[in-house]
Amino acid sequence: MNASDDSLKHASGPYFGQYGGRWMPESLMAAMDQLTQTFEDAKADPAFIEEVKELNRNYSGRPSLLTEAKRFSAQACGGVRIFLKREDLNHTGSHKINNVLGQALLAKRMGKTRIIAETGAGQHGVASATAAALMGLECVVYMGAEDTRRQALNVARMQLLGATVIPVTVGSQTLKDAINEALRDWVANVDNTHYLLGTAAGGHPFPAMVRYFHQVIGEEAREQVLAQTGRLPDAVTACIGGGSNAIGIFHGFLDDKEVELYGYEAGGDGVDTGRHAATITLGKPGVLHGAKSYLMQDDDGQTIESHSISAGLDYPGVGPEHSYLADIGRVHYEPVTDTEAMDAFKILCRTEGILPAIESAHALAGTIRLAQRKLAEGAKPEDTIIIANLSGRGDKDVSTAAQWFGMLEDDAANTPEGN
Amino acid sequence: MSRVTSAEKIAAARAEGRPALIGYLPAGFPDVETSIEAAVALAENGVDVIEMGIPYSDPVMDGAVIQEATVQALANGFRVSQIFDIVRGITQRTNAAVMVMTYWNPVLSLGVDEFARRFAEAGGAGLITPDLVPDEADEWFAASEKYDLERVFLIAPSSAEARVKRTVEASSGFVYCVSLMGVTGARSEVSSAAQAVVDAAHGAGAENACVGLGVSRREHVQEIGSYADGVIVGTALVAALRDGGVPAVGRLAAALSGRA
Repeated sequence: MNASDDSLKHASGPYFGQYGGRWMPESLMAAMDQLTQTFEDAKADPAFIEEVKELNRNYSGRPSLLTEAKRFSAQACGGVRIFLKREDLNHTGSHKINNVLGQALLAKRMGKTRIIAETGAGQHGVASATAAALMGLECVVYMGAEDTRRQALNVARMQLLGATVIPVTVGSQTLKDAINEALRDWVANVDNTHYLLGTAAGGHPFPAMVRYFHQVIGEEAREQVLAQTGRLPDAVTACIGGGSNAIGIFHGFLDDKEVELYGYEAGGDGVDTGRHAATITLGKPGVLHGAKSYLMQDDDGQTIESHSISAGLDYPGVGPEHSYLADIGRVHYEPVTDTEAMDAFKILCRTEGILPAIESAHALAGTIRLAQRKLAEGAKPEDTIIIANLSGRGDKDVSTAAQWFGMLEDDAANTPEGN
Repeated sequence: MSRVTSAEKIAAARAEGRPALIGYLPAGFPDVETSIEAAVALAENGVDVIEMGIPYSDPVMDGAVIQEATVQALANGFRVSQIFDIVRGITQRTNAAVMVMTYWNPVLSLGVDEFARRFAEAGGAGLITPDLVPDEADEWFAASEKYDLERVFLIAPSSAEARVKRTVEASSGFVYCVSLMGVTGARSEVSSAAQAVVDAAHGAGAENACVGLGVSRREHVQEIGSYADGVIVGTALVAALRDGGVPAVGRLAAALSGRA
């Protein structure tokens, strides 16, 4: 593809500037080496590439659509043209399927019979359970106990797909602790087990590998917007937790310098409240879960518990490539609060008939803000194009949203998992 | 004050025809004062090298007992800078070598050079780094050379020969041989993989190869001592401190060292 020296695409790791690397126990180094080698061999194997493409096409339903959201644009974005990259239409309802199919194929190449995964919102857990069922692998999913309550329906989905879901009751009981438990499992079972990490974080080769399997999002979006509008967009937006959907769509546009890239972090109750997950906005570099990257940490280097209405963004770290892209100024990262995200969630539902994942609603809220800023700067709305990555659908979030908007009876509101 | 190194203590034990006994306790558990008293009790009951662990929010190599203890230490207000007071408190009262076991982010956060300087001033011998491999340790090499500190890296049953060699070359004091593929925690038997890890370390030129993970009883110490240079006990001591306080730690240390 782009082979020029200043290309930002296809960064291979282990390092992205000062970030990335392998800050993890020696016990896992052999497995990381094996995974790296298997991944490099697979990328060079036309049969593997074709297998991934075939699964994407005939199992996931790719390419996902690029939908112009005209009523959303008219109501919230002053007529700026908004296109949604519809990862919500993929099998299992989010972008996560792209990565799990690729990694499950690699697990089989390595002769591993068991996969383990962490999950926050449940999207990656469901996707992992799906890939495991498809490929005949045993699957164990670690999920923070708080998240199993927030996302009870997804727990049932994983179990229906044959996976074992283990609630994690240590620490903050959210995504980071689920990753800790998965790493402990992996250390003990690495001979037959692949850790199917769900985001573009972790030690090398995970950040570059997870991005590789999600690059299809940006490649498709670039082709589609050219086909539909005849030109590149002015900006591309995505939500950022660990950052896998974002790095996937950004990748397609990294070398198009005229295209601005925006990542929206979870601002929770607000970045001045301490209750948020705005890692790049307010964190400082550190090491967690195998990579050096921006990290929410206190003065002692202890990880700070993050907060977000969105379980999938509720993570105090971020993928190392994002930290690098932030430092060099190629991607702009901004926080979006729970309230802004839920306002955008509601607007999309009412204007387009699309129920977004609350994670993706953060990208929508950022898109609204960006469109208004563009207009304030004098942009002509009809000549301004923004692509927002709609990374997942919101069916899993119905009870959370119904509670947020006060639609539930008091009894039901107290037990969202009960409906 | 001259600092006592783990290499010296292991050599002294070898001269007595026995393996060195290395005991782990979490710093600040249940509080700073008690953790110092418990470490002193280790030294008074035959432990040669004391390993104080810095409580950390994300201890991926630790099992439930140590996790619970470190969570409690943090909940009780433990701050990383207190590790230097604890090390000083132990080295002033014992002749043991005092190592610190730490996940790397707390060290990075303070600054590697700053941490090493203050640690050496407190009388510490070196660091055991469970999530730092030599590949990422450039800053630590520089600081440990500058302040004359021991670098204890880990090798595992899964470590390939080239990695064992690199890790042995990067280490000083001793090499920490992980006895099994897993996290910390007492097991009824010592993993059969342990001896192979020790043999690999010795084969790569390690003078001191010490075995940790799953070691909890005197018979484990004797069994491992037949092929290794030191034996590391953690979880069993933490459980003793939790359940029976400092006296229980002293009694278990005495039993492990064969003094009781």
